[in-house]
Amino acid sequence: MKRFADLYFALDSSNRNRDKLQSIVDYLNQVPPEDAAWAVYFLLGNRLGRLVSGRVLRQAVAHIMDLPEWLVEASYAQVGDLAETVALLLPDLTSNTAETLPSLHRLVERLRVGLVGADESSTQDLLATLWQSADSNERLVLNKLLTGGMRVGVSRATVIKALAQLAGVEPGVMAHRIMGGFSPQAESYLALFEEQSRADASARPYPFYLANPIDEGCSISELLGDLDEWQIEWKWDGIRAQLLRREAASLLWSRGEELVGESFPEIIDAVEVLPKGVVLDGELLGWDVDRQRPLPFAALQQRLGRKRISNSLRQAVPVCFMAYDLLEYEGIDLREESTLKRRERMESLFAVLGQHPCMCLSPIVEASDWQALQKLRLESRQRRVEGFMIKRKAGPYRVGRVRGDWWKWKVDPFTLDAVLVNAVQGHGRRAGLYTDYTFALRDGAQGWVPFAKAYSGLTDAEIRRVDAWIRRHTLERHGPVRIVEPKLVFEIAFEGIAESRRHKCGLAVRFPRIHRWREDKTAEEADDLQGLRELLEKQKGD
Amino acid sequence: MSRGNNCWGGQNLSCDYDFWMIVVREAGLYCVAGDFYVDPWRAVPCAVITHAHADHARWGSSKYYCAAEGEGVLRTRIGEKAIINGIPYRETFRLGKALISFHPAGHILGSAQIRIEVEGEVWVISGDFKNDNDPSCDSFEVVACDTFVTESTFALPVYRWPSPALVFDEMNHWWRHNQVNSRTSVVFAYALGKAQRILCGLDASIGPIGVHGAVEKLNGHYREAGKPLPATVAAGVDSWDVLRGRGLIIAPGSVRNTPWLKKFAPYSLAFASGWMRVRGARRRGSFDRGFVLSDHADWPGLLATIRSTGARRVGVTHGFSDVLVRWLREVEGLESFVLPTRFGGEAASEKGEES
Repeated sequence: MKRFADLYFALDSSNRNRDKLQSIVDYLNQVPPEDAAWAVYFLLGNRLGRLVSGRVLRQAVAHIMDLPEWLVEASYAQVGDLAETVALLLPDLTSNTAETLPSLHRLVERLRVGLVGADESSTQDLLATLWQSADSNERLVLNKLLTGGMRVGVSRATVIKALAQLAGVEPGVMAHRIMGGFSPQAESYLALFEEQSRADASARPYPFYLANPIDEGCSISELLGDLDEWQIEWKWDGIRAQLLRREAASLLWSRGEELVGESFPEIIDAVEVLPKGVVLDGELLGWDVDRQRPLPFAALQQRLGRKRISNSLRQAVPVCFMAYDLLEYEGIDLREESTLKRRERMESLFAVLGQHPCMCLSPIVEASDWQALQKLRLESRQRRVEGFMIKRKAGPYRVGRVRGDWWKWKVDPFTLDAVLVNAVQGHGRRAGLYTDYTFALRDGAQGWVPFAKAYSGLTDAEIRRVDAWIRRHTLERHGPVRIVEPKLVFEIAFEGIAESRRHKCGLAVRFPRIHRWREDKTAEEADDLQGLRELLEKQKGD
Repeated sequence: MSRGNNCWGGQNLSCDYDFWMIVVREAGLYCVAGDFYVDPWRAVPCAVITHAHADHARWGSSKYYCAAEGEGVLRTRIGEKAIINGIPYRETFRLGKALISFHPAGHILGSAQIRIEVEGEVWVISGDFKNDNDPSCDSFEVVACDTFVTESTFALPVYRWPSPALVFDEMNHWWRHNQVNSRTSVVFAYALGKAQRILCGLDASIGPIGVHGAVEKLNGHYREAGKPLPATVAAGVDSWDVLRGRGLIIAPGSVRNTPWLKKFAPYSLAFASGWMRVRGARRRGSFDRGFVLSDHADWPGLLATIRSTGARRVGVTHGFSDVLVRWLREVEGLESFVLPTRFGGEAASEKGEES
């Protein structure tokens, strides 16, 4: 465990990717495959799930340290991370401890055996025992395992690079080997280093190629040159997914590497019409068959996370798989071929298929020049798409977010000027600063009605200024929440609006974020709820 | 919420207690019996100063009193022409009906707790203080009193300092490690107090030590007072070649991202502060290293100090005052209240201005 805790802190404290990579390589070289498997599992962002609730953890430390719970709470509010708060509250380790923590895989084992289904008092006993044999770094990492909040300061790409370096293969190859969920066992870890494909290889999806955004205000013709070199499609607003039709089975993988076939049974049925040895990249969409356009994203969300889809839901939210790339045909990996070639093959595949209610081919958008395309882009909202995908005809299908061949040219977001009404302190890097804001719009008689929470979009310097302002203009405090004077105006950008019973203002917005701080505006000049309702009408476009 | 906050705006607090030696006025803490202010926030006729940090010592008052050892640094901070009376530690002087004496607070050179006695009642205003060992200033002394006014910058049980010796071992080790990798070591630290404390803790045999002008300006006072500062060079044009890749430079945080600092690249950046105890603060600053080194008392230090003064009443200022007041009332069974401050507060900035 000590080694893994050291690795965690090395990754956490370093700002240099090269150093992080080296730390991972060194660690994996030192430890047995059982530990390495778990380490890779965690580094890739997987978690154990919550073994101990935050409440039990708080009570345990309050009990051991003889502190009132409000003081543990106040400490947590300052530190912004419960696992760390608890680690900092516990007494320093005396040098002559009897025991040290077992190695990573044994520790995980022990936690699972000792904590799953355990009552509170035996949980507290085990916590006390483990804490006693851990130094403060180990305690932090241990607490993170316990609360299921393990997040390591390293990107997936860096982990894959480290593994690729150890295996002596290209990162793209390693990315593929690790697709489809990595199980934390020594065999799975060792299999990453084997050249032959493993038994489960046929279930594995390819790493997704991700597009880079085209910045607002950037000249697109200057950036991309001749329109003829590019294939243009609508950017669908659904769930990115890969549909595998292989000898053994048909599988639907989401971009989050989850098997989502159960939530979309009609797609799994539909794939049977394809020949075996085919992999399609595309988008899962709620689909309005009559009008041949997507349903709002909120409709698709009803489908998610369900193991069984009822007939009524099937009818209420019909879905389709909008295919836009062909990655494998007749069992052969096509990714090195050009977009143009892959597209041709896919079109001939779909020609044989004919019209199918839930297997669609993402159409090519034709335009004479960039200006014409720009004009078409304005129709995005009516069409319920997010803008355009722009793909280099001569480019291969790459791994990850590699700049140059795939671009997303999104429609400008909605924006409204809203007023800051309350704030909570952030977590992690933003602990101790008020960074999590709630914004409100004026609603005639009702005064200010909250409409969105936003956490991102300000610079560090602005965050510090807003933080200082919040502290000086607090009207009330409710636990961690500060109600502030409704004075500061921010331009809030968001992607879509849906009616919602859960929100006080009756509307929910997607991906709200702060565009800029409107220091030039007073609260009186901010937008009102009517403005949001008007945007909703505009979005409907009917 | 607290009496302290209710009185904000210059009203007198005396209605709440049978005897108030110190009241809060617009300009700060005011002693009626002696007609003087303690660490006033603006210019006043008579200011008694705990220490020379900017949030305690403001420019422009007609007359200042401070501990004799702190006179030099105070003058550097508030102006050559200021009228400053330096009084040796523990020596009593009189202002109006008040008997006043300064006692070491262990915070920085010349920092003092102010003991005020009026008609047999004793208040001690701690100013900022620490209990940990620091060769760059006189050690904190416990002064018995009826009412103790304490700071609370780090009044949360998560703030518990490692031993300074251990921290300096780490720092020296880090410096050596940087040398091996041909990196300059840069420590950001408050120019008055923290910088000199670090200088005293460094192992000067490792390599040359450079200081920024803001630090150098204050070092003279420390050397004059006989504090064991090692030899230093002014970090700048003349010392680039000497320091780059092997030296250690102490500078205020404000020099970050300046061309001045870039001349010493490649470097490793560290920040020395009590705030570095928490990972979020370390990461937010994007420092390569954070050293947990504070010139304030930690949670156990605050509690132990308060207990040993024997005070039955405790005023809390400057920091997590709500937390400490609640603890003192509910757990220690003491009478306790918040005294407002113009500065700091919970804001807990880690920009380097830990004062």
